[in-house]
Amino acid sequence: MLDTTAFDLRRYIQGNNHSLGVWITLIALIVFGVMRYDNFGGSYNISSFLNYNAMFIVIAVGMCFVIMTGGIDLSVGSVAAFTSVVAAYLSPYGIQVALPGAVAAGLAIGGLNAFFVVAMRIPPFIATLATMLGAKGGALVISGAQTISIDWTSNFTKLGLEKAFGILPWTIVITAIVVVGLWVLLEKTSLGRTVLAIGGGEDASVMMGLNVTRAKVLVYVLSGGCAGMAGLFLASGFGAGQPLEGVGWELSAIASVVVGGTLLTGGMGSISATVAGALLLGLVFNILNFENGRGVISLSAYWQMVIRGAFLFAVIVFQSRVASTAKKGTI
Amino acid sequence: MQHLIEMSGIKKSFAGVVALQNANLHIAPGEVHAIIGQNGAGKSTLIKILTGVYRRDAGEVTINGTPSTVSTPREAQDAGIATIYQELSLVPLRSVTENVMMGYEPRTRFGTIDWKAAHKRTREILERFGIDIDVKAQLGSYSTAIQQLVAIARAVSLNAQLVIMDEATSSLDDQEIEILFSVVRELKKEGVAVLYISHFLDELYQICDRVTIMRDGQTVGQRVISETTKLGLISEMLGRDPEEIEAAGMTGLGGGEKAEPGSSLFEAENISTARGLKDVSLTLRKGEIVGLGGLLGSGRTETARALFGLDGLKSGKIDAHGSSGQIGTPAEAIAAGVGFLTEDRKREGIVPHMSVRENMTLALLPKLKTMGMVDRKRETELVERFIKSLGIKTSGMEQPIRELSGGNQQKVLLARWLALEPEVLILDEPTRGVDVGAKFEIQSIIREYVDKGLGVLLISSEFEELVEGADRIVVLRDGFSITELENPGVTEEALIAAIAHHHEEAAA
Repeated sequence: MLDTTAFDLRRYIQGNNHSLGVWITLIALIVFGVMRYDNFGGSYNISSFLNYNAMFIVIAVGMCFVIMTGGIDLSVGSVAAFTSVVAAYLSPYGIQVALPGAVAAGLAIGGLNAFFVVAMRIPPFIATLATMLGAKGGALVISGAQTISIDWTSNFTKLGLEKAFGILPWTIVITAIVVVGLWVLLEKTSLGRTVLAIGGGEDASVMMGLNVTRAKVLVYVLSGGCAGMAGLFLASGFGAGQPLEGVGWELSAIASVVVGGTLLTGGMGSISATVAGALLLGLVFNILNFENGRGVISLSAYWQMVIRGAFLFAVIVFQSRVASTAKKGTI
Repeated sequence: MQHLIEMSGIKKSFAGVVALQNANLHIAPGEVHAIIGQNGAGKSTLIKILTGVYRRDAGEVTINGTPSTVSTPREAQDAGIATIYQELSLVPLRSVTENVMMGYEPRTRFGTIDWKAAHKRTREILERFGIDIDVKAQLGSYSTAIQQLVAIARAVSLNAQLVIMDEATSSLDDQEIEILFSVVRELKKEGVAVLYISHFLDELYQICDRVTIMRDGQTVGQRVISETTKLGLISEMLGRDPEEIEAAGMTGLGGGEKAEPGSSLFEAENISTARGLKDVSLTLRKGEIVGLGGLLGSGRTETARALFGLDGLKSGKIDAHGSSGQIGTPAEAIAAGVGFLTEDRKREGIVPHMSVRENMTLALLPKLKTMGMVDRKRETELVERFIKSLGIKTSGMEQPIRELSGGNQQKVLLARWLALEPEVLILDEPTRGVDVGAKFEIQSIIREYVDKGLGVLLISSEFEELVEGADRIVVLRDGFSITELENPGVTEEALIAAIAHHHEEAAA
């Protein structure tokens, strides 16, 4: 007799073999951390870890959508820097103004990307490289190249500090809402399928009467909005608008997406695996910090980056091995 | 006589599924040998075993009488077996010379590449096949046919004893096919054997000596081609009685009750586009197939593109029964009840990463939505229904479409349009690159829907398909619709005459 639940799991694994490696590694790393370090699994570490990595997660899921259409968005790091300044300037008016303001600024720059890529037909790499430089300059101009402190008297500070319903910080709750929303958008709506169809074959999508223009505009605007949200988290997390931050974030986001098994050429991708990828990258730093805390070794931030690079490479290799084994049906 | 290649009793299974159970292939030196069979008959598996892509589970392979040790494509190449794939494995951005010489470039005294000698040698190699082109130019600047010939030239220059051509002619026009055939004959003269895989049976009679017929993973026959009839080959390939096939007609399009055509669905009046369409008029009525006849470049595909809203009209007008306004985009055409199965299945048809289910329902998604969400239950039911009714061979609806054979991919795409319940379906070469069995099935499906009232505009390079299938044939030449032939009564000769006659007129 075949156990039906086991059968379903097997089906699921075979259907999702592109992201199997990242989940296995993530779970292994968590188990390793919990067993090796005290307090690793404690609520403080979990909460502060998620709080800090929230901005990387929202950027990564936005990036995932762009990559699934076969595009790329290099501007996300600069956009986050820019909107962190915007959020800091708006913080005296409270979160109800700063949040929509920062997100709107991100959406606007995303709209600019969409205009370049869709209307002017400029390759995404070039177009978003231009807005990356532009947004970075913009952040420095409006801030005078200074960090802009947030207004500590307004309710803006609640974002990172106060717990929603007494359980988790607002940052994490908002991130979860964004992630779930985008997951539904990808998996359950026709728009999500259009996004994948474009990445798989843009000509074919046009021939089927799919609204390719609309979907492509949407992914860039969406990615901009996500980066805007990340900027808000950045300002709240650091207590200031950070015009010089965000360097290399686009690459971390791309790494999260790729580690999650999403094809860089588009046409295939997963929101949940992208989140797992972003968590994995953050977790490496978290674990190295704990390791340093044991006092046996002391790795500088630079060495941590080297290790993270090597680890990332190892996971991608592992991932592709797992994917091909699962495909052959031996799992 | 010793065979060049002898494969006997070849067995191969993939994860428990038998692909080959008792396959044999004997190729004599210097012969042109064809393999035919339906999709899934095991042709490509057999060839991939020969070229070292797959390893056989059982059976013997000998090359020139000695047991073969080939286990990688590279070793096959070294053993004198060269494969020319449908998708070329050359570098289009580099020059012709570089492509022919790659890995074997002549050197100067200093160890650098001797370009003068390389160009000269490339020119000599190509001249043997009567190809005179600028070898310094980018390979990609030449037509597919020339690129294919360059690939063959490279293979032969590496002392191939056997050249395998997989669907070599599927993307060539008549003239280019003629050049390819003369190269095949040249190879034969030089004692090089050719293994030829094609769905076009007519081609086999032009160049092949013998043919191996496969069905369900087995070799069911080996024939000298001059001693067999086309009908005989088809019946052996399908495992059906020749008389039965003859009674049904050679294509699946005929045999339908020719009912009185219904009301008009679609009228194009004097349309022209920037893509070379000058003045085309045609009407399509309910329950009829209108064929577009003409040579390559006569404006057949261009007409289809204009009707589907892909190319803007410069003049003239299109009246689609189902739409009030003009059709300016594919989305508007689809909304007006028009579907378009394109000729270029790979680029404009399938989305390779997606599953059979997703591919089938992409165009239908707007209708499968409830509150913005895709209704998975209805989607699944619909896909199941079409897989069954069109006889799509797949391991399940979640199988990626790229893993399906050409004929089954085409059926999925056909289902994609039929699911939209269109009034008009434009079919551009619906059976190209599809094996004979699937071809017959696809044609039967089309006829079935036409009998239920669908209007079909059929573009086909196969005159047989047009003559048997179409109720009327609109003949095109140089972007003009020049005449209309009405069935019954149209013969292939009449169609060819109509095309040719007007060419003479044009020349006069």
